Amino acid sequence: METQHIEVDILVVGGGTAGPLAAIKAKQKAPHLRVLLLDKANVKRAGAIAEGMDSVNNAVIPGYATPEQYVKEITIANDGIVNQASINAYATRSFDMIKELDGWGVKFEKDETGDYAVKKVHHLGSYVLPMPEGYNVKKVLFKQIRKVGVEVSNRLTTTRLLVGEDGRIAGAMALESRTGDFVVIRAKAVVLCTGAAGRLGLPSSGYLFGTYENPTNAGDGYSMAYHAGAELSGLECFQINPLIKDYNGPACAYVTGPFGGYTVNAKGERFIRSDYWSGQMMLEFWRELEGGNGPVFLKLDHLADETVTKIEDVLHVTERPTRGIFHEGRGVDYRHDLVEMHISEIGLCGGHSASGVWVDENARTTVPGLYAAGDLCNVAHNYMLGAMVFGKIAGEDAVDFIEGKEHALVDQEQIENERERIFAPLAREDGISPTQIEYKLRRMVNDYLQPPKVTAKMEIGLKRFAEIRADLDHMKARNPHELMRAMEVHAILDCAELAAKASLYRTESRWGLYHYRTDFEGRNDAEWFNFVEIRKGADGQPELFKRPVPPYIYPIDKSELYGYDAMRIESEELAA
Amino acid sequence: MSTTIEQDFKVSIIVDHDKCIADKGCRICIDVCPTDILIHDAGDGKIKMAYDECWYCLPCAHDCPTKAIKVEIPYLLR
Repeated sequence: METQHIEVDILVVGGGTAGPLAAIKAKQKAPHLRVLLLDKANVKRAGAIAEGMDSVNNAVIPGYATPEQYVKEITIANDGIVNQASINAYATRSFDMIKELDGWGVKFEKDETGDYAVKKVHHLGSYVLPMPEGYNVKKVLFKQIRKVGVEVSNRLTTTRLLVGEDGRIAGAMALESRTGDFVVIRAKAVVLCTGAAGRLGLPSSGYLFGTYENPTNAGDGYSMAYHAGAELSGLECFQINPLIKDYNGPACAYVTGPFGGYTVNAKGERFIRSDYWSGQMMLEFWRELEGGNGPVFLKLDHLADETVTKIEDVLHVTERPTRGIFHEGRGVDYRHDLVEMHISEIGLCGGHSASGVWVDENARTTVPGLYAAGDLCNVAHNYMLGAMVFGKIAGEDAVDFIEGKEHALVDQEQIENERERIFAPLAREDGISPTQIEYKLRRMVNDYLQPPKVTAKMEIGLKRFAEIRADLDHMKARNPHELMRAMEVHAILDCAELAAKASLYRTESRWGLYHYRTDFEGRNDAEWFNFVEIRKGADGQPELFKRPVPPYIYPIDKSELYGYDAMRIESEELAA
Repeated sequence: MSTTIEQDFKVSIIVDHDKCIADKGCRICIDVCPTDILIHDAGDGKIKMAYDECWYCLPCAHDCPTKAIKVEIPYLLR
């Protein structure tokens, strides 16, 4: 085990979706700079879109939608708690990004005239652009990474950021998960693109890696940003998804909806107006399951054979292509069988809900020189295309930030402390395996944090998490691979504690099931129409505070703001 | 190190060793796996699944130049 020292201008952590764009755009803007893109896996197949993507969920394409419509839709979808400037920064760049990706070779669905074939899935507007041949996205991005000369380093699990003596970002430290090398990277700016905290709750299958998110996304970025002093936002706004039961992947209603598929209860009745993923929709889904009307299914058996074949040609080749193998194993055929759905375990994700590292419209966190983009940042409902746009914004802004700056000075103690923390589990003679600690931790997350949120449960949860924190001093790893898992357990525990504390702090209910508190039913706009923020206080403990919602660019009438509440289809309508 | 890893239990990533060209130095499946669970067993020269951490995502199968890999859904999910 050696120590490697690397010095670059801009470091991008995470080679999935936002990261490649951050690195490409920084390098395009300033070809003379050293830009390093690293990943704990392999950039070629890293991140949530390792096997591509089946649709753009939030395309803002002229003729179908305007930035104003989109910003309003997401404001309403997220119960008003958004920074419209950030959503607008995405919306105004959305179409240009689609055109650029199209030029690079990403295939989007077009109609016979060559226009993009946008579909309606959201409650109000039309933003879904199918990608039936979207399996090659990563290969297209990798070609660009090579073309512009971004440096790439794989199998590096970043564990902590380096903060300079002047409070500026100074780089990061990482574990090489095959050789066990300790890697110290000095950089003038760092862009964190480490994805969601997708290994937070335990899937009901009990399988640790049976997650919706790519399980490499263990919440490392949330933990690193927090320990570097950055502000985290909306950690009480959980990610909970309607997924194929047991398989725990998307069904996927965004793909099937435009073809005529929809969600039904055990009686075969529709109960939600829109299959677009929102907390309000998830609340109705949960009520249906808990109220004796479950199971809930995705219904496709009424569709024509050739339509089902088209759906299979998307769902079984891209994003999560093992969907086909899973259905085959159980003898499920969309033509005559319903697909049983369930509610996922919790996670933290900016891209699907709104829980992430706080960034402004320039992707800047509250630590100078530190950026966040993609599922890790708190730009609500930003999805794949938003990750790419915010990656671009971050990469380009980082080039301006470092202009005329030297590397920040770092005290050696920071580095020595981290080396000690990382390698402690390897040095121990014996102890508890990372897998066992992770299993117990994530089971406790399910027991105490899965909504509906109950104050007494979350308080017990925090006690259990504190006990598990003490257990970390007895964690044993036998090789660098297990050491990577051990470091991930540290990050998962940070996410669990911060999510519990943020949830306890917001004493109201909001975002449907995402923050449904039985002790505090209903929204309380007078006190809680703001962001809940969390950062590491001077005493080393989490510090919670409110951040006001910035004035809207596109004002929304109070009568429209909670439009997503009207998600349930009432029985009179069904009768009519 | 020339240890041979015994695989007593069925794993969900199945390598057809007749098709696999690991003996020619190919390590593509090991390289592309997001969770880094495939290893080259220096003892018998075979590619094996070393950790029960499969996301059943398929890059190993799709990127294999000889199509030697079959991925099954992990038993707990089937």
